[in-house]
Amino acid sequence: MVRVLGDVDLAEDAVADAFAVAAQRWPETGIPPNPGGWITTTARNRAIDRLRRESTRDERHRAAQALVDTELDMDPHPDDDLGDLDVVPDDQLRLMFLCCHPALAPDVQVALTLRLLGGLETPEVARAFLVPEATMAQRIVRAKRKIRANHIAYRIPPAEELPTRLRPVLAAIYLVFNEGHTASSGDELLRADLVTEAIRLGRVLVELLPDEPEPAGLLALMLLTHARSETRTAADGSLVRLADQDRSRWDRALIAEGHMIVRDCIRRDRPGPFQLQAAIAAVHTDAATAADTDWRQIVALYDQLYAQRPDDIVWLNRAVALAEVEGPETALDALSTVHLDDYHLLHATRADLLVRLGRRDDARAAYDRALELVTNDTERRFLLDRRRSLHP
Amino acid sequence: MTQFMLSVWHREGEELPTGEEMQEMFTAVDAFNQEVQAAGAWVFGGGLELPDTATVVQTQGTDVSMTDGPFAEAKEQIGGFWIIEAPDLDAALDWARRGSAACRGPVEVRPFQDEPA
Repeated sequence: MVRVLGDVDLAEDAVADAFAVAAQRWPETGIPPNPGGWITTTARNRAIDRLRRESTRDERHRAAQALVDTELDMDPHPDDDLGDLDVVPDDQLRLMFLCCHPALAPDVQVALTLRLLGGLETPEVARAFLVPEATMAQRIVRAKRKIRANHIAYRIPPAEELPTRLRPVLAAIYLVFNEGHTASSGDELLRADLVTEAIRLGRVLVELLPDEPEPAGLLALMLLTHARSETRTAADGSLVRLADQDRSRWDRALIAEGHMIVRDCIRRDRPGPFQLQAAIAAVHTDAATAADTDWRQIVALYDQLYAQRPDDIVWLNRAVALAEVEGPETALDALSTVHLDDYHLLHATRADLLVRLGRRDDARAAYDRALELVTNDTERRFLLDRRRSLHP
Repeated sequence: MTQFMLSVWHREGEELPTGEEMQEMFTAVDAFNQEVQAAGAWVFGGGLELPDTATVVQTQGTDVSMTDGPFAEAKEQIGGFWIIEAPDLDAALDWARRGSAACRGPVEVRPFQDEPA
């Protein structure tokens, strides 16, 4: 979960996006002899592939439903608890709550969500999380056994339990989104699928639980983050920070929808962590240029988020914004209380602030520490460049 | 309906309550037991004597071995348990939540195997 809150603002976290890579292919390999024919064939092949995948997914959904029916116990009176819930019960929703039951560990919740809701096969789920297939298979088998043996009910939780039971569902969906969004290796199509799947699940949640504001917050956060995906990496695959991204290439439709949802959440005035993160994302996407960013608003939102989630990662992100309002010295002081010694982004952030304060020796040391901890190749290259630019 | 074992666990070295605190616990557990019974969920339950009062018996063929002390040479030992009947895990977890509050310790929830048809 360490990554979950960090990704939106700290742009030092991106990796190659499937779409960005696909867009590069033509210039690199040269224009084919019959470009029209090539495009048509490619487009048709893509359409066939997609149809094949989607029909397989529907089949997988049916298979998953059958799995639930035959292997897991279903509550014989699933709707009795709905009471004041003015919602038509839906199997997908019940399945989401089942997969994300609090008695299951978070990594199990996400694996089950991908397998039973996303329709991914076990090897694909294993690849998504970079674990061996046998490990993932065992994890899923154990989870099913636990669900069956404990008679975990297949139902939508009663209204008073919904906010609590929703949290792991939202967390699982957001984890799927992040895996797809920031993946450093593996199947590109699978990565794009994960993002699409997470957004789809978010939409389902919002549609089926219109009175719950946090699912809307999650959906807005995902839309606003995804809107920027094409500009997060340059043609050579290197990282492009938020301040340097070409905003004209941000997806305006996604941003418009995200903003609309955020405005609606503000009206409802029942703030929660995902809504607040979405609002922060909205302040960024609302700025025509990096210089127009309303950093004070962002700091204020982080204050609210910290009040709900007193978490070092939130405090770190807040410090990044604070530097823009009160200068790097104040931000550096704010970071002195943070205990994230094994988190590369803490050191990268400190390094950046130290550079701005002219403390180059200290900055170099901070970059060194960040480089010891970074695991993602694109981020490493970025940090190396920054370190080198400081000269010996 | 499924039967679940709710077992209470103690960690070696943790202080056992004394005097007034002990009395409060007994009262709380007593009240909890009555709630379980009133709800018709009670199958069986009780507190166990300390682990060093245990004996392990193992029969292999005609050989019977007997060992002084608990089976698990572990820092964690079972202190007592409830057997309850509940329609699903959520109901069992709710009982466990209340039982854990009453006895001020962790409670493990484990389902019994279904009887073979």
